[in-house]
Amino acid sequence: MDVLYFAWVRERIGLPRETVETEAETVQDLVNELRRRERRYDLAFSDTSALRVAVDQELCDFDMPLKGAREVAFFPPMTGG
Amino acid sequence: MQEAAFDLGAEANAFVARQRGVGAIVTFTGIVRDLDDAPLHHMQIEHYPGMTEKALSKIAEDAAGRWALGDILILHRYGRLAPDDAIMMVATASRHRRDAFEAAMFLMDFLKSRAPFWKKEETAEGADWVAAKADDEAALKDWT
Repeated sequence: MDVLYFAWVRERIGLPRETVETEAETVQDLVNELRRRERRYDLAFSDTSALRVAVDQELCDFDMPLKGAREVAFFPPMTGG
Repeated sequence: MQEAAFDLGAEANAFVARQRGVGAIVTFTGIVRDLDDAPLHHMQIEHYPGMTEKALSKIAEDAAGRWALGDILILHRYGRLAPDDAIMMVATASRHRRDAFEAAMFLMDFLKSRAPFWKKEETAEGADWVAAKADDEAALKDWT
């Protein structure tokens, strides 16, 4: 699965995207897995209320199932316009 | 979406020229605003290629479903912009002004918080990501 990071999430983790081998059932499970990897992930995901997530380019909640998902993206609240 | 600057007058004229039978056209343009405390050197705009197009299409479809519109234009830049540069524009065309005005407000409110763009302000002090405003999120509730 491709995992993408944008804005300060990208800066804190230190890369824009990576391929992750995972059995995570939901977005939250994936977050928990990533946080256990390294401190930079743990810090980036320490407060998920400050983050937004999209699965296959659609905004969703952190309890979203990942079955069949190809792309998960994490980013701060958007500031367009 | 584009990195290059756009010509507001040319875009607006081209939009007007494409319409038939409308009575009202509203355009809105967002400009890079200087900061109150430290002079802004640049604004960096990042976006999520792929999702951005989908999100903008969805917002435009929602607007088209709510108001009687002839046409909608959304233009949004990304990359490195300077103070006073135009960031984005929307244009709406309708038979009557109320539909055109309301649809333009709706597009702007949703572009602010539901289109995957992120702004970073660079000053002499360093660079900081612009935080989303609670007011912008609250504005979406007015449309539901």
